[in-house]
Amino acid sequence: MMYLYLFAMFFRIGLFSFGGGLAMLPLIFQSVQDFGVMSSQEFSDLVALSQVTPGPVAVNAATYVGFNYSGILGSFVATLGVCLPSFVIMLIVMKFIEKFNDSKGIQGAFVGIRPVTIGMIAAAAIFVSESVLVNGSLISMKLFTGGVEFFNFIPIAMFAVTIVLVGVFKMRPIRVMILMGIAGAFLCG
Amino acid sequence: MSNNNGKAGSVKQYISIFWEFFKVGIFTIGGGMAMIPQIQQVVVKDKKWLKEEDMLDCIAVSQSMPGVIAINSATYIGNRMKGVKGALAATIGVVAPSFIIIILAVTFLGAIGENKYILGAFTGVKAAVCGLIAVTAVRLAKQSLVSVFQWILAVISFVAIGVFGITAIWAIIAGAAAGIIYNSIRFRNSGHLKDDVNKKKGSTCERNDGKSGEAEK
Repeated sequence: MMYLYLFAMFFRIGLFSFGGGLAMLPLIFQSVQDFGVMSSQEFSDLVALSQVTPGPVAVNAATYVGFNYSGILGSFVATLGVCLPSFVIMLIVMKFIEKFNDSKGIQGAFVGIRPVTIGMIAAAAIFVSESVLVNGSLISMKLFTGGVEFFNFIPIAMFAVTIVLVGVFKMRPIRVMILMGIAGAFLCG
Repeated sequence: MSNNNGKAGSVKQYISIFWEFFKVGIFTIGGGMAMIPQIQQVVVKDKKWLKEEDMLDCIAVSQSMPGVIAINSATYIGNRMKGVKGALAATIGVVAPSFIIIILAVTFLGAIGENKYILGAFTGVKAAVCGLIAVTAVRLAKQSLVSVFQWILAVISFVAIGVFGITAIWAIIAGAAAGIIYNSIRFRNSGHLKDDVNKKKGSTCERNDGKSGEAEK
């Protein structure tokens, strides 16, 4: 029965997660506290762990809470719960899109949506840069008034090297990430 | 016989989908968008599982729907390739690394968050992700934006989301509306819809759009 609660809790988190990433943590904290299965100490451990483990924050949280709650079976149930809404919703939406794919409306919509998506990807570079390349929000007056402390020069150099390696030398994404991970361990550690 | 081969072949493909998404999952660091350079490299360029346009559609739909973005995209791509089973293979693949790593971390390394080398490595990877996303965005723009209209939309979207912090879904809805209006005007003027159908199939030999795009340069 408690597994059902765990499942339902993370199903709800998966269903209402919009935008993703760390923005989801408050929602996760709130739901988990409502069910009384997590202390604030555990929550701050989870936040710290999410910063240094790959993968979607929601999945990390589900695995973490489930595991602390009742071992591997718990993490499995919670992770299944958090994934299921995405999975089902996407399958339904794709059915819908396929059905109307030949309609003028859907085709016209995607003519406009694709450029917006490209702009969105470019904007994501700004979001990722914040608190990594610079300390705080990139689009702010701090860019001019923040002084030297606003910029993290080693990560900025790594960013520049990445652009050269990938843009000019066509290095593969995973290799660049491994390379910069190793460099970061020594230079930023 | 051939039936057996077909089965073995498709099992192999499911494993391949799983494995590629497993790798994507390992390197999803610094948010869902970190997946995109890798998906573009593997799914579009190396394996040719999807066209560039399909990937953009996938990202747009994944961002607009509730749910975990990484899982949304994996489900989309897997389903596009091999139906529900493909979606399952991709989703399990993208989730498995998180699942395994969190359990290992909780079991063996209580204080992993405090290790300065690991923190440094993550800073390095995020700096790389930032560069990778920037390069990918430029590449996608060069390959997929074929008209002045589309370039303008892309720039507006970049500024609206990146500078003014508009939520992605509103930008996508606005883009859809702009696309529908643009297409219906063009359709009425030119009398044939085929131009925009070709664009969807990745054709480069577009009459009107190709010209206007070049004229701009």
